[in-house]
Formats: sequence, structure tokens, C-alpha cells
Amino acid sequence: MATVIIPTPLRKFTDQQASVKLDAETVQAAIDRLIELYPVLAQHLLDKEGQVRAFVRIFLEDEDILALDGPNTALKSDSTLSIIPAIAGGIDL
Amino acid sequence: MSYQLSLAPEAEQYILQQLEADFPNEGCGFFYGTEENEGQLRHVLLAEAVINSKEGDQRRRFEISPLDYMKAERKALELGLNLLGIYHSHPNHPAIPSIHDLKQAVPYFSYIILSVQEGRAAELTSWRLNEERREFEAEEVKRNNLEALAKRELI
Repeated sequence: MATVIIPTPLRKFTDQQASVKLDAETVQAAIDRLIELYPVLAQHLLDKEGQVRAFVRIFLEDEDILALDGPNTALKSDSTLSIIPAIAGGIDL
Repeated sequence: MSYQLSLAPEAEQYILQQLEADFPNEGCGFFYGTEENEGQLRHVLLAEAVINSKEGDQRRRFEISPLDYMKAERKALELGLNLLGIYHSHPNHPAIPSIHDLKQAVPYFSYIILSVQEGRAAELTSWRLNEERREFEAEEVKRNNLEALAKRELI
């Protein structure tokens, strides 16, 4: 089963689970399954078109899925996916 | 609901020293600790710098790389602490969240902002995103480190 690491800010939507194990052959299938399990996550992970939000990055092990096959990236049974919020800020001039 | 953030003296000292050293650029990092009262009160026990990975003008922008974020989450699990939030500096600007800070804000996290004026730490504030109203709410920063600050002639 693949493992999805849930970032701290989203754990209140996963019953405080830091990671979720699920059966999925692709990244997209894993996201779909995760949202089936925890529907409230959808509004935080996906935009109105159902795509992963621009401020959210998905990493397979230590690689951004955008540098792989995106949502179609294949998963192995021992794959680890991480959901990562973009962290940035700064002053206004 | 009012939020409180209690800073361990060592953690605060660490943050001040790092962000002064990073001046005139913005510096940033993560902090870890524990929570009480369903998160209303947070105790910051450890702070750790991360590289400002922003390409371009680091005097007014900071960014944390996804890999550094992943490391921070792993570290929190290893330590058995919560990843409580992110700190960053506002060089020669007040410790008030900017529009850019608000746009990028993530729910749950506390955001410590330190105003650094000409290389010297000035005001330190902390904020949390109100998701419904999409605005920051100030956290009361507990000052249990007056002695440490006095040593550095900051008060």
C-alpha cells in the first residue's frame, strides 16, 4: 500500500492522522482515494476544476510529481507521497 | 477565541540572532513545540532556520523549498513535537503581515514576524489565519524571557 504523508495543517481533516495508507496505482488515484476517505480535504487540495491547487505540491519520495508524469505518475506498493503546502511571504512595497 | 504563543527563551534568542544576521535579507525558519486547549495555547520549544530559497529580491520576499518543508515535517515526527509554524523577518518594515503574507498563509500555522530595523531585532509578533474571514488574527506572544532580552539590550 502506498503511504500519503499529510502535512500538519491538514491533519485536522484526517482525524489527526499524519499518514494514510491506501491502495492506488497512480498519484491521481491516491488523491481520489484520499478524498473519498476524507471528503473535506477536497476544498484544501483541489481547485474548482478538480486540479491540485497551485499552492499545493505533491512529491513522490523526494521528487515533485510535476517533474515526473504529474497525476499519472505510477506508484509502487511501497511508494511515499507527500502533500506539501507552498510556504512564502514577504513585505509589500 | 484568543490565541497565545509562549516562546522558550532559547528559541526566541535563536530566532532573533538568525534574523538579525540575515539582514538586509528576509530570513525564515520553522518552529516546533506543543499545544494546549485544543491549540489555543502553543509552547514554542525549538526553532530552526531554513534557507530562504526565493530567487530574486530576498530583501522583501522569502520562500521555503518543498524539500525543506518535508524535512521539517519529518523532524517534528522524530521529535514527537508539533510543527507549529513559520517565522520570518520584515527588514526595515513593521512586524505586521503583508498582503503577500496573507495570500500565502496556510491554515493552522502560527506565523511569527520579526521586524528587523537596520540589523537590530525590533518588534516580534505572531499571527494565525482565520480561514473563514481570510484574515490574520494576532496571537498574544508571552514574554517569559525578559531577562534574555535585557542581556541583549533590546528592552
